Amino acid sequence: MLRDITIGQYYPAASAIHRLDPRVKILSTFVYMIALFVVKNFVDYTYILVFLGASIFLSKVPFSYMIKGLKPLFLIITLTFGINIFMTKGEVLYQLGPLDITKEGISQAVFMATRLILLIIGTSLLTLTTSPINLTDGIEKLLNPFKKVGVPAHELAMMMTIALRFIPTLLEETDKIMKAQMARGADFESGNILKRAKSLVPLLVPLFISAFRRADELAMAMEARCYRGGENRTRMRELSLHTRDFIAFIVTIFVLVAVLVNRFA
Amino acid sequence: MFMSIIIENLTHIYNFGNPFETKALNDINLNIEKGEFIGLIGHTGSGKSTLIQHLNGLLKPSSGKIIINGFDITKKGVSLREIRQKVGLVFQYPEHQLFEETVYKDVAFGPLNLGLEEEEVHIRVKEAIELVGLKFEEVKERSPFELSGGQRRRVAIAGVVAMKPEVLILDEPTAGLDPRARDEILSQIKALHQKYNITIILVSHSMEDIAKLVDRIIVMHKGNVALTGKPSEVFRNVALLESIGLGVPQITYLMKMLHKLGKPVREDIFTIEDAKKEILKLMRRN
Repeated sequence: MLRDITIGQYYPAASAIHRLDPRVKILSTFVYMIALFVVKNFVDYTYILVFLGASIFLSKVPFSYMIKGLKPLFLIITLTFGINIFMTKGEVLYQLGPLDITKEGISQAVFMATRLILLIIGTSLLTLTTSPINLTDGIEKLLNPFKKVGVPAHELAMMMTIALRFIPTLLEETDKIMKAQMARGADFESGNILKRAKSLVPLLVPLFISAFRRADELAMAMEARCYRGGENRTRMRELSLHTRDFIAFIVTIFVLVAVLVNRFA
Repeated sequence: MFMSIIIENLTHIYNFGNPFETKALNDINLNIEKGEFIGLIGHTGSGKSTLIQHLNGLLKPSSGKIIINGFDITKKGVSLREIRQKVGLVFQYPEHQLFEETVYKDVAFGPLNLGLEEEEVHIRVKEAIELVGLKFEEVKERSPFELSGGQRRRVAIAGVVAMKPEVLILDEPTAGLDPRARDEILSQIKALHQKYNITIILVSHSMEDIAKLVDRIIVMHKGNVALTGKPSEVFRNVALLESIGLGVPQITYLMKMLHKLGKPVREDIFTIEDAKKEILKLMRRN
């Protein structure tokens, strides 16, 4: 059940998107997000949709896999939809007790939900096509210029690598402890909110203990191998930009420009 | 003979209909008699864990049936509580699931989940803690986290024993323990088996422990039952066991070697006690 969570997971494949430089992918994702938030009408979503559709197609990640990643966020999407549909003033179409459903509300709700879905799919494409190591390498390189003003680029990147590395481990651990407690008759699925929250104690206490134990062991193992931060560290694979990276970035910028022109001109 | 566990055509497929689809169990058929002491062995990934998780309803079969003491646990709408009362499962490193402030409360977690009266819970907790070889008065108010590794493991086992299962499954209960704690835990499991005549399934990588304790061995390989029979029958198939990444007890190798060197000793010896007798016999003869 917990293994169904695909957010932040890497999907190994040999595709054009996978081969792109992680820096380009991170920056492009930012540009994509900006473009997404610049869009103010449905028509301009076309640019975003085409761009995203093409990226997904090139990435060779199955579309169903991406949809699965949306599942855990279903609640947030529904909530956004609900709030927008009821809270927007305008031409009343239908009354539901004290709440009004307006024409503008429906359009706004659909608009916001679409934006959220596009945001999630777009950003998850980054993690799906970039291995955690590449991702943090990219972040470290991008943060490097800020080192002078005291940003611990390497340490931040290392923290992220470790955090990402441990997501599957902790999920597995959760699954294991959950099963062990279920074997002792624990029930995580029924009862009211209070009861359910209480039923999580037998899960969370062992999980925290094991997370701390793992952190301790990892720190020890790193120190035993003389790890001491980013100073003078070299790397096995240096990142380098190719023509395909420039093309990809130019295409992304083009989408942003197109959206901007439509919005302001 | 009354059957305790009947497994019919059990198949389990992980991630069905997805690129990561894997068949973990392939049409398993097994019968386990009431009160039998079973040793379950197999290479990592052979399907042992998947199999034992089916036995108390943690996993649902893709197809097939499991009947425990005449009760089909794979039927729709079966209460999971009832299954878990019948089948106790002790996972690997069970001390990692301890969470309560005191040993008493932790052991009482299972029985309380079964909805038992407080008095009955008290009796069971006391009994279970003593069964695993700890002193009830000494440990009951202590935090499980201040105990030693071996003691913590026993508390965790007591937590399952206190539910009084008819079938007790232990997944490598001695992994990572020192030799003394290992012997103690194994002898307590044996005592438990003899005292209550419950069915025990012991998963282990130690052929020595298996040879010493169990009535019957089930060998798993790639989701199938490769072999089953008495230790003396199973351990005869050295070549087969080795080909699937297992082996026979060290002492058996020694006896085989002696035999090869022309000493008149039996080859089908699996425990150190028997080997001792055999070697003494040989020496007296000389």
